[in-house]
Amino acid sequence: MVAKTSVNLSGVYLDNPVIPASGTFGFGKEMAEVYDINILGSISIKGTTRQARYGNPLPRIAEGSCGVLNSVGLQNPGVDAVVSTELPELRKIFRKPIIANISGFSIDDYAYSCEKIDKEKQVEIIEVNISCPNVHNGGMAFGTSPDMAAKVTAAVKKVTTKPVYVKLSPNVTDIVSIARACEDAGADGLTLINTILGMRIDIQRRKPVLAQKMGGYSGPAIFPIAVRMVYQVAQACHIPIMGCGGVATAEDVIEMMMAGATAVQVGAENLHNPYVCKEIIEQLPVVMNRLHIDSLEDIIGIIK
Amino acid sequence: MQRVELKIKYNRQLIPNIYEMCLEGDVSDIRQPGQFVNVAVDNLYLRRPLSVCDYNEHELTLLYKVVGRGTTRLSLMHEGQEVDILSGLGNGFTTDVPYSNILLAGGGIGIAPLYKLAKELKSRGKKLSVALCFNTESEIFYDTAFKEIGLNDVYIVTVDGSRGHKGFVTDLIRQQQQMFGYFYACGPMPMLKALCQEVNCPGEVSLEARMGCGFGICMGCSIETTKGSQRICKEGPVFKKEDVVW
Repeated sequence: MVAKTSVNLSGVYLDNPVIPASGTFGFGKEMAEVYDINILGSISIKGTTRQARYGNPLPRIAEGSCGVLNSVGLQNPGVDAVVSTELPELRKIFRKPIIANISGFSIDDYAYSCEKIDKEKQVEIIEVNISCPNVHNGGMAFGTSPDMAAKVTAAVKKVTTKPVYVKLSPNVTDIVSIARACEDAGADGLTLINTILGMRIDIQRRKPVLAQKMGGYSGPAIFPIAVRMVYQVAQACHIPIMGCGGVATAEDVIEMMMAGATAVQVGAENLHNPYVCKEIIEQLPVVMNRLHIDSLEDIIGIIK
Repeated sequence: MQRVELKIKYNRQLIPNIYEMCLEGDVSDIRQPGQFVNVAVDNLYLRRPLSVCDYNEHELTLLYKVVGRGTTRLSLMHEGQEVDILSGLGNGFTTDVPYSNILLAGGGIGIAPLYKLAKELKSRGKKLSVALCFNTESEIFYDTAFKEIGLNDVYIVTVDGSRGHKGFVTDLIRQQQQMFGYFYACGPMPMLKALCQEVNCPGEVSLEARMGCGFGICMGCSIETTKGSQRICKEGPVFKKEDVVW
């Protein structure tokens, strides 16, 4: 029997659940030189804001065991340039559904960018990032309060008919309360988790490694945390989840789905191994066969 | 970009903390002096970006300084071991410039990408002056290698004056009073900045940064330039003098 890898995210059908996570795949064109990106289930494009952003000063990258700490700070050309330049470029090389990742510094910002993106036909899901740990007065501030998370969700839902997935921060005491607030405010789905706030110090120079001192930690080191949070949220909510955090293998994809994810995003691993998404997609049917899984949809949230 | 497994032909210490590693295999993606490779090191998550010092059809040479965990582990690798490498990264130097009298200035490990460049420019019949700059005599390396290319004007500069010209590359330029048509430089930022201010001619500098991916997807090494935001790993590492915001 041929392994069935297709999944359904709020009516958006993907051939397979493997999606490069926002910020680890640019707008696709660099990776299109490495392999045929049309094998991917979808792509979550680099996070976009109302205005263009240069991002934080260098160094923006540090390392930990099994992971990377970044303080890029939402560098992007702004939503207008994404619509006028990046999406048309991506359209030339990618024919699958696109997930547009939106961030902001006010509720108005989120609504503005989503309204612009809403007109883009190939964008089939809007992912609202309320969890970037690298920008002040915004990003994560919306993701650490159930009330603010709900307000952003409601504001975005008003300006788009596309499915809205809210990307949650793990830097909270109780992720379930945030997830429930988003669901109650009308979110069609959730993405979790974003990076975990971290810090490294150069003990020789007695200074933080990152110019911004702190950054978001991602990579295989955070995978168990991501699985745990996906599981907790899946137990409490009834909307689909894109699981994200440290995914590096086809086995990880299956584990994340068993915890409750409908699709799975691959982030930091793309930096370490540019071929990782391709390798996972090729391996998935092999691993499914070994585990006697006929269809991935059968295993979503089987852990109760 | 290409991911390749290259075999270590040799990995030797030149002076304390400075190593030369020669790798054999498919290096066809390296097309220009000044490009770099991103080297996977066992048990470390991020690859280490290293300048290509020299290359031909089937091998490449890296020069690296041991500064942390990654380069320490690299220094312990030996002949015959395979290394997982992302090859052919970055833009490299412009080699078809219409100038004849050219300055190459390298500071410390920054001399690495200038070696193949010097060979390439010499083969194009350019008149080269090479300034190799170090803190002190005990840190000097690769001076003989540069002379063996057949260059007459290889100058050693040491900050403490223990060998060659005393001071910085800018002091050497002032003493020499030569008119250069173009320059290439790689080294610490203060050196590159001083050099760009001192010389009147156009030129290009190779920059470095802590990188996440090395091939343009993570935005971990973007800098502000006069042409807007540019990635050191993708649009760079080589930038025209006038594009850098100091």
